[in-house]
Amino acid sequence: MSLTDHDSRDGAGRWYDLFSRGTRDWLRHNEKVREAVREQLPDLVAGSDVLSRPDNRTVQVPVRFMEHARFRLRDPSEQKGAGQGQAKPGDVLRPAQPVRPGRGGQEGGGEGEGQITFVLELRIDDILDWLWDELQLPNLQPRQGSNVEADEYIREGWDRRGARSRLDRRRTMKEAIKRRTAVGEGAVPISNDDLRFRQLARRRRPTTNAAVFFLLDVSSSMDEHCRKLAKSFFFWALQGIRRQFTAVDTVFIAHTVEAWEFEEQDFFQVHGQGGTKSSSGFTRALEIMNERFDPGQYNNYLFYATDGHNFSEDRSRATDLLLQLAPAMNFLGYAEVSHQNHRRLDTEVAGIWREIALQYPSGSYSLTREQDIWPAIKAFFTDQADEAEVAS
Amino acid sequence: MTESLEDTIPRLEALAADLGLRHHPVDFEIVPPTFMMEVAVYGLPVRMPHWSFGVRWIHQMIQHRMGHSKIFEVVFPGNPNRAYLVNTNSVEENTLVVAHVLGHADFSHNNMTFARSQEQVGYHIVEQAAAHAHRIQEVIDSVGTRRVEEVLDVALALEPHIDTDQPLERPPYGRRSRDRQASERDDDPFRARYGHLPGEEPTGTGARERPQPPRIPPYPERDLLWFIAQYAPEMEDWERDIFLAVRKESYYFQPVFNCQIMNEGWASYWHSRLLREADFLPQQTYVDCMKTHSDVVRPYAGDRQVALQVNPYHLGYQIWEKLVEAEGMEAARQLMEQEDDFAFVRNHLSAEMAEELGLFVYSARQNGEIRVTESNLHELHEAILRPKFHFGAPRVYADELKSDGTLILRHDHQGDGAGLEVERARQVLDYLDRIWRRPVKLYTTDERGREICLKPGLED
Repeated sequence: MSLTDHDSRDGAGRWYDLFSRGTRDWLRHNEKVREAVREQLPDLVAGSDVLSRPDNRTVQVPVRFMEHARFRLRDPSEQKGAGQGQAKPGDVLRPAQPVRPGRGGQEGGGEGEGQITFVLELRIDDILDWLWDELQLPNLQPRQGSNVEADEYIREGWDRRGARSRLDRRRTMKEAIKRRTAVGEGAVPISNDDLRFRQLARRRRPTTNAAVFFLLDVSSSMDEHCRKLAKSFFFWALQGIRRQFTAVDTVFIAHTVEAWEFEEQDFFQVHGQGGTKSSSGFTRALEIMNERFDPGQYNNYLFYATDGHNFSEDRSRATDLLLQLAPAMNFLGYAEVSHQNHRRLDTEVAGIWREIALQYPSGSYSLTREQDIWPAIKAFFTDQADEAEVAS
Repeated sequence: MTESLEDTIPRLEALAADLGLRHHPVDFEIVPPTFMMEVAVYGLPVRMPHWSFGVRWIHQMIQHRMGHSKIFEVVFPGNPNRAYLVNTNSVEENTLVVAHVLGHADFSHNNMTFARSQEQVGYHIVEQAAAHAHRIQEVIDSVGTRRVEEVLDVALALEPHIDTDQPLERPPYGRRSRDRQASERDDDPFRARYGHLPGEEPTGTGARERPQPPRIPPYPERDLLWFIAQYAPEMEDWERDIFLAVRKESYYFQPVFNCQIMNEGWASYWHSRLLREADFLPQQTYVDCMKTHSDVVRPYAGDRQVALQVNPYHLGYQIWEKLVEAEGMEAARQLMEQEDDFAFVRNHLSAEMAEELGLFVYSARQNGEIRVTESNLHELHEAILRPKFHFGAPRVYADELKSDGTLILRHDHQGDGAGLEVERARQVLDYLDRIWRRPVKLYTTDERGREICLKPGLED
């Protein structure tokens, strides 16, 4: 026999204290879960669970342990096992479990590993990067031509003429070689035609400030379902905008026939009564913009979420106001939130938006289910990029 | 603490030898509980990295933190045996563990299943597993975690699918026998002279006899790890090495799994007997040891009066006690040498003993209801043994390797009495797909017993 006590040795022998194989493999498991989460991220973040704390820069996503699959027999309807203790035939050791709706039959039983979930904390910035990657979303295009943009010179392209200091030797040699290969024997080493000069272009550096106006219809027809959709849409649109600009100001306006400005944390809690006048919200937005967000200084965005019902006598007034707002906006987004049985984008407000779309960069999105949110967000960012391209 | 153990160990060993235990020497090592937990999770002190071990490990940690699990002993058979003691155990607990380990050492040295496995795998599995882990780490450094993981995903998923009736070192099919036949034909003068009937065209038949390409495998092949390592059309050498490393470790685990009830029972029998006869132990130590003993071999956990599984320590201990009492130590030793759990339980767990121990059969329905059923002894035996059939896995075998490289797997659903769980099976096929790199098909049955064919990456 031999007895080794690693505790009693000095230093040597405590090799297992230096690292833990269990921890190493557990971390690897978590990494894989993270990758899996990332793959189904658009579905996951569409669920409004992740929106519980909009101020927080992390979200908690419940995930399951990853299971290492092996061949297993299908569970028979009745499984025999051996036990021990004070029990006689006929004793019920565990009563039947009530059927949980929406769960697959395979999940039943007291199985260990597949059942346990743990919570993975993800940084919203990471999620956004993944999403932009995953959905191949374009970045937001800042507005061109506003007066706060600073000029800057950047290298761009080449020319055959230019200042000597900007001679691009590498490119010149390349041209010379190309020409000599084409001409063959007797070509001059370098000709004037080979010279290439770097060009400087004067570019306007766009301002990096943005202001985002969120308008929410809180009239009585906007129920919990509609608000949730609006909230999710707003949340992710805002995150996407934050991703692009260094400073983002937000304006939260709720309206019924009247309109009020709110703090972000109160905004989604607001419940109103009675009818809808979109114009009240637009009026308030216009006032605030004129007071605080000069379109020359800010990249302005406006989002409006409503179920689309508006008093028809409000139509011309609402349209007028929106036409006053639109020129100051980089982009206007209209999210129509409703239940599945509603007709899509055929409402009073959608009609107003169609008129806007004729002249100004805007987009309309119909949301009836959580699954619609990501396509809408994707459409918003793609529309916006397209508009910006046309404009520039 | 160490001094007194250091004192006790040789005296316990001498006593064990006097009582007839025969084994290779045992190296005891005192380790912290965290290390012990890893050993329990990985099955070996140092083992290849894989994320699935991480999952098992965190479960073990949670259990441990909640106080539900205490690992007393881990011993690895070999020459020498390697046993680990936890430094947070009391001296009494570790004294018991030492005696227990000596029982295991005797068992693994003399039991046929163990002896055959060790002959194949060698007597240094701990060092070998460490070498595998080291080699795999080198491969990870050169080809990256992801690729190695892809190989380990499938190799570890197929861990139970070996065939210990076949030797660990196997030549490919037919090579030896075909070569031998050919050379016999050429060399044998009798055959050369009388191989043809008088008047027969000597060349004609030979040319027309087109040799059928031998079917691979020639018979249903249960050793999937070996088969894939041997016949996968496009595996790289390092991938085959990993398969064979996993296979070797699996050969080592097989007797541990197949003799668990016997082995734990034998060790429990011997720790209780050794401590009882160790007159050199202080009375108080003995009492404390026996308290630990009853904790280990008790049938239920905590305050519960009913357990939905059978504690192998308890069951094995009870059977051995009865056997030694009824038939004597010599007879018991002979059974220990020749049997495994299947024979042990079927031959020696009697109806009276089952009654006495309060063993019962229950049926668990899909709606969650668990009910004790009316049962006979045979049904009880099968209920205890069922989880152990075929190394705890369904019988899936390689049926055919087609000329285009397609692999046909079949599940022996009649032998197993049920089809496969489709979702998991498909996931295993997905793992396999990345290694086999040619089409893979698996035949099994659906709920209604109709044959179905599963392929990787398909929804239906």
